[in-house]
Amino acid sequence: MKGNEAIAHAAIRCGCDGYFGYPITPQSEVLETLAALKPWETTGMVVVQAESEVASINMLYGGGGTGKRVMTSSSSPGVALMQEGIAYMAGAEVPGLIVNVQRGGPGLGTIQPSQSDYNQATRGGGNGDYNVIVLAPNSVQEMADFVDLGFELAFKYRTPAMILSDGVIGQMMERVVLPPQKPRRTDEEILKECPWASNGMGLKQRGSHCITSLELDPAIMEQRNLHLQKKYAEIKQKEVRYETSFMDDAEYAIVAFGSASRIATKAVEMLREKGERVGLFRPITLWPFPEKEIEELATRVKGLLVVEINAGQMVYDVRLAAKGKAIVNHFGRLGGIVPDPDEIVDALMKVKSEAEKA
Amino acid sequence: MTKEEIIRPENLVYEKPRLMNDNYMHYCPGCSHGVVHKLVAEVIDEMGMTEKTIGISPVGCAVFAYKYIDIDWQEAAHGRAPALATACKRLWPDRLVFTYQGDGDLACIGTGETIHALNRGEHITIIFINNAIYGMTGGQMAPTTLVGQKTATCPYGRDPEIHGWPLRMTEIAAQLEGTSYVTRQSVHTVAAIRKAKAAIRKAFENSMNGKGSNLVEIVSTCSSGWKLSPEKANQWMEEHMFDYYKMGDLKDV
Repeated sequence: MKGNEAIAHAAIRCGCDGYFGYPITPQSEVLETLAALKPWETTGMVVVQAESEVASINMLYGGGGTGKRVMTSSSSPGVALMQEGIAYMAGAEVPGLIVNVQRGGPGLGTIQPSQSDYNQATRGGGNGDYNVIVLAPNSVQEMADFVDLGFELAFKYRTPAMILSDGVIGQMMERVVLPPQKPRRTDEEILKECPWASNGMGLKQRGSHCITSLELDPAIMEQRNLHLQKKYAEIKQKEVRYETSFMDDAEYAIVAFGSASRIATKAVEMLREKGERVGLFRPITLWPFPEKEIEELATRVKGLLVVEINAGQMVYDVRLAAKGKAIVNHFGRLGGIVPDPDEIVDALMKVKSEAEKA
Repeated sequence: MTKEEIIRPENLVYEKPRLMNDNYMHYCPGCSHGVVHKLVAEVIDEMGMTEKTIGISPVGCAVFAYKYIDIDWQEAAHGRAPALATACKRLWPDRLVFTYQGDGDLACIGTGETIHALNRGEHITIIFINNAIYGMTGGQMAPTTLVGQKTATCPYGRDPEIHGWPLRMTEIAAQLEGTSYVTRQSVHTVAAIRKAKAAIRKAFENSMNGKGSNLVEIVSTCSSGWKLSPEKANQWMEEHMFDYYKMGDLKDV
């Protein structure tokens, strides 16, 4: 099935309580699949087609604030509209899952795939000091697997999580093993997992709850910000995920995420056939970013090539992590053009010649 | 005589609603918010819904509504309260879900969310405080500011040529298939307060009985924003607001 369809099936199966979304290419199959599957008749999952992405993300904020597992999906221009709501969720510590099946920008851009929302996703995207947990799938299988993982992380840390996919992974068809059907949590389970939630349960014992990001007293607001930063530091320490291949004897490495890592895998195979000792490093969490691992990598290899379907965004994170210990070049295509493995091979050979000159 | 000796059941003719706490209210003297808060708190308690209510507060003067009424709250982004309420009610169908919004929040930045939540027939109630001005930000022009009315951003009076016309959101809501009870009330006299309370009760009951969405507009005063004494503000409201924003039920299905 398609990556977008896998997201919808996985949502139902992992016990999601509600989906709120607005159609946009290339991710409309998520809402279409959910509408066709009618989960409200089986698991009781709510599906709402909202009037806009702004409404969708605020439905997520409202639903997440009651302790329910809620998600939305969209593509780049729609996710741009959601940034206000994501900042509110981060500030009010509301869990929720946002799927971005990226397309090229800026503005209305193109409906073809892109990875140009990397900066927006990994820097927070809205106002204020915050980060969102960002998972980057590179297969239809991971589209399915990361739904449950995204929810788990979002609830564990009371923060929004994002699956940063793109039009390639969303539209691509692959075999997928769907997770077994988990029941939706009972009210008692929600109360236990989310004692902070605003849903009326137990109010007389605990007093009233308010989900809010507002605080006018700067001394209290600073403490709240410090609390968020402490939480982010813990996430950075515990939740970094990545994958490596062909790295054992590698002299050079390609760093790529999502669909670019699939194309880069082909390029690595071609380079290996030519006798070049090249490996692949794939960040799975883009925030938290595998900084220590990249730094360690930079001490082992002569050069790194960052391949992205954008003008060079993750490359800055790689350079910061590498601390000048290896050459770090970027190769990307823009506007909805997906890189060709041959182009990546050529770009890697340029890294090699630069490293040899140096 | 001690306080305890005076406050005995047989002497008690009025008491503070049980859900109102002792937090110091930030509302200005003469403002309608305090009265409407009291009515909302009374109705929730009288319906026995204290542990089954989710209130959504707006951005505007009522942003801190959650500090005064001891129920569960969510504080929305400007204009987005009906979207939060939609999710809360869909996910918790047995809860009483209401939003409490001002005119800038509901009739300007949140027009889309308001109309669509009402039109979908979400089983919620929207309490709409219309005081024809932006109170919290210091008295700027609202979508409901009357023609000729002076504010900080229309200091020479609202001119339709420049600023457009005051918006009657409640009349729009009455046209939507999804709405059940749409009414316009005020809280400037004891009689009006009683009628407004009955309206809030009916709207809340409708939203619990699956009858669709409900809008209760309260034409309100903003003595600070209008730069009038509380007494004069009530007079001004009767003389000017009631002519453009007519009292009464617009829809009752």
